[in-house]
Parts: sequence; C-alpha cells; structure tokens
Amino acid sequence: MRRYFLRKILIYLLTFFVAVTIDWMIPRFMPGDPVMNMLSKAGSMHAEAQEVMYGYLTSSFGLDLPVWQQYVNFWKALFHGDLGISILQFPKPVIDVIKSALPYDLLLLIPSILLSYYAGNKFGAYAARSKRMDNTLLPIGYILTATPYMWLGILLGWVFAIILNIFPISGAYSYALKPALSWTFIKSVLEHWFLPFMSLFIVQFGGWAIGMRNMIIYELEADYAHYLEALGAPRKLIRRYAYNNAQLPQLSGLALKLGVIVAGAMSTEIVFSYPGIGYLILMAIQNSDYYLLQGCFLFIIIGVLLANFIIDIVFVLVDPRTRLGMQGGAS
Amino acid sequence: MSEPKKKNEFLYFAMRNGKLKVGAVIVFIFVLIAIFGPKFARYPLNEFVAGGPNPPSADFYMGTTAYGQDVYAQFVYGLGTTFIVGIIGGGLATLLGMLVGFVGGYKGGWVDEVLNIITNIILVIPTFALLLIMVAYLKLRGVLIESIFIGLTSWPWAARAIRAQTFSLANREFVDLAKLSGMKTMKILFREIAPNMMSYLFMTFILQFGGAILTAATLDFIGLGPTQGVSLGLMMNWATNGSALLLGYWWWFVPPGIAITAVVGALYIMNVGLDEVFNPKLREM
Repeated sequence: MRRYFLRKILIYLLTFFVAVTIDWMIPRFMPGDPVMNMLSKAGSMHAEAQEVMYGYLTSSFGLDLPVWQQYVNFWKALFHGDLGISILQFPKPVIDVIKSALPYDLLLLIPSILLSYYAGNKFGAYAARSKRMDNTLLPIGYILTATPYMWLGILLGWVFAIILNIFPISGAYSYALKPALSWTFIKSVLEHWFLPFMSLFIVQFGGWAIGMRNMIIYELEADYAHYLEALGAPRKLIRRYAYNNAQLPQLSGLALKLGVIVAGAMSTEIVFSYPGIGYLILMAIQNSDYYLLQGCFLFIIIGVLLANFIIDIVFVLVDPRTRLGMQGGAS
Repeated sequence: MSEPKKKNEFLYFAMRNGKLKVGAVIVFIFVLIAIFGPKFARYPLNEFVAGGPNPPSADFYMGTTAYGQDVYAQFVYGLGTTFIVGIIGGGLATLLGMLVGFVGGYKGGWVDEVLNIITNIILVIPTFALLLIMVAYLKLRGVLIESIFIGLTSWPWAARAIRAQTFSLANREFVDLAKLSGMKTMKILFREIAPNMMSYLFMTFILQFGGAILTAATLDFIGLGPTQGVSLGLMMNWATNGSALLLGYWWWFVPPGIAITAVVGALYIMNVGLDEVFNPKLREM
C-alpha cells in the first residue's frame, strides 16, 4: 500500500511540475512578443491601466533576466499564491478572481459526478443482459454520451427556460438578490443551478450506464461466473459479484474521464452564464486576460490531480489487491 | 482455421450485426452530406444574403442566422470540418498511441518505464486545459492546427491500451520465431504484432475519431476554434453569441448539435458492433 501511494504521489508531483512548466513556457516560446500581444489585444483598456500593465508585465515576465532565473521566479511567485493581476477585473489579483468562481464549479461538478456515477452504474447493471431494457438503454445511452455537453445545455435552456419558462437561463442567482443566508436566496441559487446540473448529469449518466452494461456482460462471461452458475448459485449472487468486479474499471474510468467532465462543465457554464471557472475562461479569452487564463489552467490541473488522488484512496478501500501491495488499481 | 476463411467469418458476422450496420449507415449518410452538400448550397458561405433571421423555407432550406447568413451552407461546410478534425486528430492520436504502445510493450525495461511515466503524466493532465492554454496564444488558427493539437494531446489512453495488448503478444511463439530468424524490430512490430491486433487498433481509431470531434466542438464553442472557416462547434458559438436561444432561432443551434451527436453516437454504436464481431463471447445468440 505504501508503494502504491508513493508511486501515485510521484506521478502527481511530476505531472504538476510538467503542468507548471508548460504554463510558464507557452507565453514565452509562442511566436511574437507576448507583452505587446497582450496589450494590443486588450486595446479597449484605459490608457492609465495600459501604462501600469505594460510596466507590470515587462517586469514580471522579466524578459531581461536569464531564462533559468525567470523560471525560478515563476515558481517562487506561485508558492506565494501570486498568479499575477487580472486585466478583466483590474486591479484584482487573479487568485482572488478564481477563488470567487471556484465554489460554483464545485457546486456543479461534485453532485453531478457522484449522482450520475451512482445512478448510471446501478441502471447499467440492471439493464445488462435483459433483452428488452438493453435494446432501449443501448441506443439512448450512446446518444447521451455522444451529446456535446453545451448542446444539451442549449436544448435544456431553450425548452425549460425560454419556451416553458420554468427555470432561469443565466447567472447563479437572481440579479435582483444579494447573497444572503435567506430562503429566497437559496431557492434562487437552486433554481439557477438546476439546468446546468441536469445537462452535466444526463450526459455522464449515459456514459456510466453504457460502461457498466458492457462490463457486466464481460464479467458474466468470465470463468468464475460460469463456475458459480455450474455450482447452482443463485443468479442474483452471480450478478452481485459481477457488479463488484465491474466497479473497478468504472472507477479508473472516472479518473480518466475527469478531464472531459471538467471541459463539459466549462462549456455548460458558458451556456448558462454560470459564474464558475469556465465562464471566467470565456471572459479571459474575450478580453485577452492571459494571466487569468494561466491561473484557470493551474487551478483545473490542481483540481484534477486532487480528484485523482481521492479516487486512488477509494481504490484502496474497494480493491483489496492494492492494500496487499499487489498489482491492480488505476495505474 | 486458415486465414481467408477466418476473414469471411468476420464478414459474415459483420453483415449480420445490426449495431454495426446502423452505425455505419448513419456515419455514411453524414459523410455523403459533407461531400455533396456544398454542391446544393444556393448561397455562398458566411455571406450576408438575407436581411435578418429567417426560419427554414424553400428559399433557405435551413433558415438563416440572426445576421442573415445561410444556415444550410454553414452546416454542410461545418460537417466537412468535423470529419477532417476527426480523421486528422483521431488518426494522429492513434498513430502516436501505436508508436508509444508498441515500443513500450515490446521493448520493456527502462524504455517502457520512461514511456509509461510520460503517458501517465499526459493522461492525468486534462487534455482540454492543455489545449486551452496552447490554442489561446495562437493568433491565427486553422482547422489543421486544431486537429494536430487535439491529436498531440489525446494519444495516452490509446498508448496504454495498445501497450498492454503488445505486451501479451510479445512473448508468443511466433514472435520468438521472428526474432530468431533475425527480423528487425520494426518489421516484427508491423508484420507480426500489428496484424494480430488490427481489430483492436481499428476500434481505437474509431473511439479517437469520435473523441476528437467532441473535443473540437467544445473548443470551438468556447471561442478557441478556427479563426477562419466554419465548423459545427463554431455555429453553436455564433448562435449563443447571437442570442439565438433567447430569440428562439432553433434552426440555428439545433442542427449542428444533432449532427455531432448522431455522428459520434453512430461511431460508438459501430464500435460495440465491431467488438461483438471480433469477440465471439459477446455475440448475442
């Protein structure tokens, strides 16, 4: 178990190191002068702000310093939580801008991932090898996983917000309200949360249901299942074993899918103008706020690494092989 | 069983597999639309041919955008872009995955270890975030660059899967025989190992193809798509920017999503069908 965690942590540290290096490298080695590029794109800025930004950018990029020095300084700033200053919300530091967006991402991602994982797996296991269910689940499930998140968001928004007018279409809470711990505010937050949540939930649900259905079919053809069958074990018991075994690949599938899910959440936020990191990214791109963009990149990486680590811990709980230091787990 | 007979057996099951047939037909229809659709476009792409938004009519098969552009023209050209991204992005990812997987799985030792670490690192980094940061700094972006970037970032899971397959094949007798007869490594990989996992490689390509289409659509929608031309993701991006949702111009944002979902969904269903064709255990009796 120690070896398992050491190996994981090593990979994650390396990944973090590579990600930060990429984050540092890209503005410096892309063609063109990054500082001029940034400023010419952000043309609509106040003259005063532009002057301040030019001085700030040149000194913080420190392009006169040797390259290794620039790199070391970048890390130092990072450990002080300094990700630069946002152009979009000048003069707010990037880290503060991201911090105020983060709760909305967690609010969308955590419930949608956990609920869709649970419901999708249960439903997929239920439908596997039952002719009638399978014939409906299979096409629907594949159509759902193939649906781009933002398009489902657009459709849900169009039907439920514009045509039926049941849910609001944009923002995280009513523009008429101020954040407070009151029932009206909480109700407003939930109403605004529902549609983006549903678009994330539905697409992921399809994926889990299909994945579990396919895994169960594999497992039911495995030797141990046939053996149990030959012994006359009840069908329910065999299916329970199959389900437990199928959970492991599903769980490592979750680790692999995290990136796609995060991307889906970003684009869904854009559809509903939901003020999470995805919406920030859109704003950053439209306003050429590269510091903010780089900050968002780092936060996404850190989030995905943490989530991966949590999945590794869950693996230790559900897969005895990892505890005994044998093979297994999501490597 | 001799080689040609076995192929016929696969063909026999392929022709009888409903999932494979349905998936292939849907993809084929969209390929036809992408190839021949532009010939029937009555208005040039992205030109402001109508004064404003029009619902679908005999004049404008699929209506016009809020700015008066022909949606049909955007749709058929955008569909072509989608297939190009899928082929180049998915193809490149499959090739890279093959390269890394073959070499790692066959060579073993420290080469494998190093490749494995690189694969795992890129696997954990969310592809999308990586693309975001790479693409955002490019001033001019074409479909080709977008596809290449997608290919460069999405190979790791293919590499891992192919490595595992190669690893199990590398110690078989026929590979040993090839080694003893003095065959070069590359030749062994492509003449002895690759043909034995052709079905697997093909299925990997199909999945990468679908994945590349979805990734490109997301990038385009966020505003990091090609700066020129048109794609289905860009159409959705323009539609949301043009408040198509609030104004109810459904003909603008519904078709691109349907096309993406249908093509990618059909590819996935084809994949299940192929799995059943190649893996006798999964065939439904």
